[in-house]
Amino acid sequence: MNAVKRQKNRKVLLMGKSGAGKSSMRAVVFSNYVAKDVRRLGATIDVEHSNIKFMGNLMLNLWDCGGQDGFVENYLTHQRTHVFSSVAVLIFVFDIESREFMADIQNYYNIIQALEECSPTAKIFCLIHKMDLVQARLRIQLLDERVELIKAQSRGFAETMEFYATSIWDQSLYKAWTQIIYYLIPNAHTIEEMLKQLAEVIDARELILYERTTCLMVTKVTRSEKENPYHDRFERISSILKTHKQSMAKHTGIPAGSANFAELQIKAAGFMFFITRLTENTNLAVCIPPAEHIFNTARLNIELSKASFASLDVASRKRPVEGSVAGSSSTGDLDRA
Amino acid sequence: TGKLPNSKTQDGKPRLLLMGQRRSGKSSISNVVFHKLPPSETLYLETTTKIKKESMHSFMDFQVWDLPGQFDYLDSAFDSAEIFSEIGALVWVIDAQDEYLEAITKLNATILKLQSTFPSINVEVFVHKVDGLSDDYRSDTYRDIVQRVQDELSDAGVENAPVSFYQTSIYDHSIFEAFSKVIQKLIPELPTLEALLNALCANCRIEKAYLFDIVSKIYIATDTSPTDIGSYEICSDYIDVIIDITEIYGKIPDPNEEFTNGAEQIGAKEVGNGPAESLITLEKKGNYLYLREVHQYLTLICILGDDSPTDRKGLIDYNVSVFEHALTQVFPR
Ligand SMILES: Nc1nc2c(ncn2[C@@H]2O[C@H](COP(=O)(O)OP(=O)(O)OP(=O)(O)O)[C@@H](O)[C@H]2O)c(=O)[nH]1
Ligand SMILES: Nc1nc2c(ncn2[C@@H]2O[C@H](COP(=O)(O)OP(=O)(O)O)[C@@H](O)[C@H]2O)c(=O)[nH]1
Ligand SMILES: [Mg+2]
Repeated sequence: MNAVKRQKNRKVLLMGKSGAGKSSMRAVVFSNYVAKDVRRLGATIDVEHSNIKFMGNLMLNLWDCGGQDGFVENYLTHQRTHVFSSVAVLIFVFDIESREFMADIQNYYNIIQALEECSPTAKIFCLIHKMDLVQARLRIQLLDERVELIKAQSRGFAETMEFYATSIWDQSLYKAWTQIIYYLIPNAHTIEEMLKQLAEVIDARELILYERTTCLMVTKVTRSEKENPYHDRFERISSILKTHKQSMAKHTGIPAGSANFAELQIKAAGFMFFITRLTENTNLAVCIPPAEHIFNTARLNIELSKASFASLDVASRKRPVEGSVAGSSSTGDLDRA
Repeated sequence: TGKLPNSKTQDGKPRLLLMGQRRSGKSSISNVVFHKLPPSETLYLETTTKIKKESMHSFMDFQVWDLPGQFDYLDSAFDSAEIFSEIGALVWVIDAQDEYLEAITKLNATILKLQSTFPSINVEVFVHKVDGLSDDYRSDTYRDIVQRVQDELSDAGVENAPVSFYQTSIYDHSIFEAFSKVIQKLIPELPTLEALLNALCANCRIEKAYLFDIVSKIYIATDTSPTDIGSYEICSDYIDVIIDITEIYGKIPDPNEEFTNGAEQIGAKEVGNGPAESLITLEKKGNYLYLREVHQYLTLICILGDDSPTDRKGLIDYNVSVFEHALTQVFPR
């Protein structure tokens, strides 16, 4: 039996009123959609399940819950325990453009009650979505207002919950989802320790581990003496990589899901940088001082450390037979991007 | 460097004039192309009320003038010799989503006037905002505009005016590609550059090579093999990746923008901070994209094509340094 390091299934609910943008964000983050293509998506009927494998034994069971009133009613009544029990994370999406914010809050409150009843230890991530529709200078204030109102209706979750302003049109979506994934990964610390050692050995300024399909950051190590002023660089790079993957797919005709580069390198006056495949599910981004010998030894050492990282990666081992969901890497019907 | 020999303007810089009706998109174009403003932010631009002059410092210095649509520049109140110059291009922006008959009338009046005063100025018509139109409607509109302009000109007895047309939008690559072509016409060395690029491609079996001004994402030359739109797009996307990552790791932001003659300088602060070299290797295709800085302002980008094994990089490096050397004779640094 694979009892020692069996993958951890984590149930994640994605909820919010119909049209809030739940399926859109799922398509962009997990199914290689370009932001402008989400218009093709229809309203979600009932619940769409997807199972996504991540580095570090994580198996995400994502429940995209269609937000039309009839469905929500059903979740709260007949399917109450089925939907709300053993939830690790609830992602609740608020549409910033919504004209009935008070009705949204009421709907939210009903869901919170059900969650508190069935999964009191769950964590809530609230996404205030479609922020691109608000002028940049008004965003912070608007977010703060909404956060206050939502918190007041969050019962026992108010203390631990997190809020993010998001839009499928920029990196803010990656920022939020990176935090969600990081919260869920069971052995993030082990991975981090190994990365730290690697960073020492190759004298890296920064190492960032990215999941390959989603380009979401798993974890990072920073060793640089000077503080990098770009605090949003991790989600920026996620967004850069995702966009680039789509561009390559379009140009080469390879489907976006497999238009992966083996390596990208940049040598500039002040730094050297490369991204290379580390394990089956991850890419490693490396920033080092600008010297050819450091570059060469770094590449070599990473090559050598691949095996030990592979042991942390679920996909490289056989899937446990019991209880695993059929087609575990499928992302449901969104796959046909 | 890069001064055009027969320039007659006082400052010797070729000039790009942006003209067209109000709200046709001139300021948006100028801000997106030369200031990297995200296209969606142009919704908040205010109407331009006076002529905005900017100068671009690159392999060749040139100026971009944004002329607000509410004035009549043919009126004698304006000194047309002050505005138009012998060397340069007039970029006329027409909003393809709007009524365009009046715009065409004004455009033709301007062309006719220029024919008598500065006959060698290139007139470049941007049929703009085509992103909002369906494919069919877009090409109909485009054809209609071209037809009307040409008919009116030939009715006026002008047959061979140097007028070209482009379909553009700030929401995709088309605006950069159109600017590239506009600027290429102002480069006397273009044939030499093309010959050098052809040789490079032939020597190491490169599919397509572009010489880019990285800061503006304008390409000043490419080899003469047939270009499909996709090639420019992928190179331009590649530049975005490189620029974005270089910005994160390679630069300390410099707030001190320089100003000269009241004209904003574009791009000057970026000089010398570009990436020296980059390569993308695809899992399924081997080496695929290659980038190398070959001049203070210019970067070579090559699409290596489907069969470029990783061990061919040495050959490419060698040929590129030969190219780089030849380039310094065309554009001394
Ligand atoms: N401006 C903007 N529009 C967005 C954004 N995200 C999604 N949308 C739009 O919102 C609309 C609804 O998106 P969906 O993802 O289908 O909504 P949903 O929450 O899954 O709706 P149900 O499945 O009915 O619950 C679509 O037209 C999207 O184009 C965003 O970040 N900004
Ligand atoms: N859809 C679309 N809108 C554009 C495009 N270019 C500019 N616009 C919009 O057109 C409007 C007018 O642009 P502006 O640059 O102020 O026009 P100007 O008066 O000619 O300088 C703005 O709201 C822009 O966002 C384009 O390529 N496509
Ligand atoms: Mg949906």
